[in-house]
Amino acid sequence: MHDSPMKKRIKKAKTVDSLMTKIFYIFGSFFLFFLLILAAYIIGKGVIDFYPELLTFTSKGIGNQFFNTIYLVFLSLVISVPLGVAAGIYMAEYSKDGKFLTFLRICIESLSSLPSIVVGLFGYLVFILMTGAKWNLMAGALAVSILSLPLITTTTEDAIRSLPKGFKEGSMALGASQWRTISKVLLPACLPRIATGIILAAGRGFGEAAALLYTAGQSTIINWSNWDITSPTCPLNPFRPGETLSLHIWGMRTEGSLNPNASAIANFSAAVLVIMVLAFSLLARVITRRISKKSGGLI
Amino acid sequence: MTDIHAKEQTNIKFTVESLNLFYGDFQALNDINLTIEKNEITALIGPSGCGKSTFLKTLNRMNDLEPNVTINGNIYLDSVDVNKDMDAIELRKRVSMVFQQPNPFPKSVYDNVAYGPRINGIRKKTQLDEIVERSLKQAAIWDEVKDRLHKSALGLSGGQQQRLCIARTLALEPEVILMDEPTSALDPISTMKIEDLASELKKNYTIVIVTHNMQQASRISDKTAFFLLGNLVEFDTTITLFSQPSDKRTEEYITGRFG
Repeated sequence: MHDSPMKKRIKKAKTVDSLMTKIFYIFGSFFLFFLLILAAYIIGKGVIDFYPELLTFTSKGIGNQFFNTIYLVFLSLVISVPLGVAAGIYMAEYSKDGKFLTFLRICIESLSSLPSIVVGLFGYLVFILMTGAKWNLMAGALAVSILSLPLITTTTEDAIRSLPKGFKEGSMALGASQWRTISKVLLPACLPRIATGIILAAGRGFGEAAALLYTAGQSTIINWSNWDITSPTCPLNPFRPGETLSLHIWGMRTEGSLNPNASAIANFSAAVLVIMVLAFSLLARVITRRISKKSGGLI
Repeated sequence: MTDIHAKEQTNIKFTVESLNLFYGDFQALNDINLTIEKNEITALIGPSGCGKSTFLKTLNRMNDLEPNVTINGNIYLDSVDVNKDMDAIELRKRVSMVFQQPNPFPKSVYDNVAYGPRINGIRKKTQLDEIVERSLKQAAIWDEVKDRLHKSALGLSGGQQQRLCIARTLALEPEVILMDEPTSALDPISTMKIEDLASELKKNYTIVIVTHNMQQASRISDKTAFFLLGNLVEFDTTITLFSQPSDKRTEEYITGRFG
């Protein structure tokens, strides 16, 4: 049987279509497997090297580093989320196209590609040397904020800009002011996307080492019965030195390697860190989903 | 200026005098003069890009939101100049708008309707409940949504969403409702419902509707204005405009020779 040219063309298009589908499936599953194997390897090694003392909040365990990591991420989000979201709102809603906005964009783009060791040394210079302070969590949180600010700003701006024009028009046409439109309609509508930016920013905090080396420092002396926040050994004092998990891993793999358990500590810390990041993003997604659902943003 | 208008009939809602509008250098509206009467439906017709939607937006200053728009001439709402002597927020509470694409907020049905009253400071639940119910009933959608008031408005069909958007404007008890091709994205049955609704609403409100659909204009409107290339070509009662148009271009357009 002889196929008409039209039929041939359709047949060819279908073949190419199914071929491309297969190729994309292969790429997709490759990355999925890669991630799963990586996570399984890290967590598996941590489990194998586990011994109970690691869970203690002493110099032998990693409890203190675990707490420091959460506290530092919390502090950095307290600083970077309001600033970043506000800057994103400005860029999306208030700024006017022109030289100033272009300049601002260049600044934000450069900031987002700054190597973290540069930010770390800048932090050391400004937050430690210039203030005359010792290494402290707040300095670390500020350094991490510098790294995560551009991320939060751009995701907020993109999130607001990608909303249907009708949301804004609808609200303005009902006599709402611009700020009400932003706070009551636009921000709630793009909350899930902003949350994604915040999760990524928190991820930087969890994983950052270089920026913290000379800001948050590599020592932790905490007295868990001391709740006087001004005391340098109080866990909640943000102006005490605080080594995070990722720095601890780095430490155990370099100068701390004299410690006979160094490798086990590093492996277990890495596993805990991976699980922490996963747990944090899951939690953040559950919370944003719940908020959107409650406000009627999801069907 | 005020005494001139005081002499005119009291049932005039809007008076537009020598209105020109520019987008940058481009003149989108050319010396528009027209009056819109209370409790009537005024239809604005014309081909795409003729300026009818642009004109509609000047009535509640929605074009303030766009950059590079300059306006001269005067628009009076009850003899007050909306561009010079009125705040845009105040104006939009009195002159509300329904858009071409239904645009409910990603909130519950209830919160969509309560949005306007809430921004006006109404917080009491009993009062809000009452406004929401009344507005949804007026917009002829109450029976369809009364059991799902607290579910997302995004789950409604397009026609229901559009009636919800009308309910949302009614909750503000505006004086004028502007409709920018409110049925062009809807199916025939939803269109019919919106048309019936508009005819019902004109008892209490003044309605200005932009439409592509000439049958729609002739079915529901009292007056019709024909726009072409930024000019108001003809403005008359709908019956006269469609049966005995005085301008050749109007005749050509309504008989479907272009557009």
